[in-house]
Amino acid sequence: MEFDVVELPEADHPEVGDTAPDFTRPLVNEAFWEGRSLSSLTAEGPVLLVAHPMDGAFPATYVWNEIDDREWADAVDVVGLSISTPYEHGSLLDERADGARLFSDPGAGVAEQYGIEHDLDGMAGITEHRPAIFLLDEDRTVEYAWVASEWPDFPDYDAVEAAIEDV
Amino acid sequence: MSDEPPITLYRLQACPFCERVVRKLDEYGLDYRSRFVEPMHSERDVVKRISGKRSVPAIVDENAGLTMSESGNIVEYLEKTYGGEA
Repeated sequence: MEFDVVELPEADHPEVGDTAPDFTRPLVNEAFWEGRSLSSLTAEGPVLLVAHPMDGAFPATYVWNEIDDREWADAVDVVGLSISTPYEHGSLLDERADGARLFSDPGAGVAEQYGIEHDLDGMAGITEHRPAIFLLDEDRTVEYAWVASEWPDFPDYDAVEAAIEDV
Repeated sequence: MSDEPPITLYRLQACPFCERVVRKLDEYGLDYRSRFVEPMHSERDVVKRISGKRSVPAIVDENAGLTMSESGNIVEYLEKTYGGEA
């Protein structure tokens, strides 16, 4: 069976060399959540920001399973980002995303800041983050960027891993 | 980090005892950091680690090197310490 995959409109997102926009949102770990800024995380070292569809959607599950298998959280500060609430993030962290923390952005305001919004067909009123990965250094300078151009779409994990090894 | 507020409040969303403490912190204009914990008592190990029990609210006041639970105790402490009348 042949069919066309849904193409997403071009994204005007931060590119390599740009400074990634700062934001503050609830950041969820295995024990609690608190308001944290992205800049407070990068101040402590490089950050791999992983934007993904709402928790429970299979692309979110697949991406975290792969990140867990590759043990990226041992190499860099891995931080997720989705529209899911802190409670849902807590459930995700019970199952996967070992060693990662997750930003909760239910209003998708960060998706707008990053130019990676995705208005979901068939789910009126819901805008989420399209799959995207940004590797940021201590100044929030983008060292690697990937944003989905199709739906669904998955990162080039080997390319991300190479970028993590370089940062 | 140096710009972190010295007071951390461990709280549960919609918990009236926690809101009681928040009102007092606001009344005295105290800067504080909120850490929200799980509704399930059994999943609040972080609170137990800092205060010895799993109940919220609990505050850590680094100004005084002090950790405290129970909203009544906390409010009394805040009044004494920051209320301007001993």
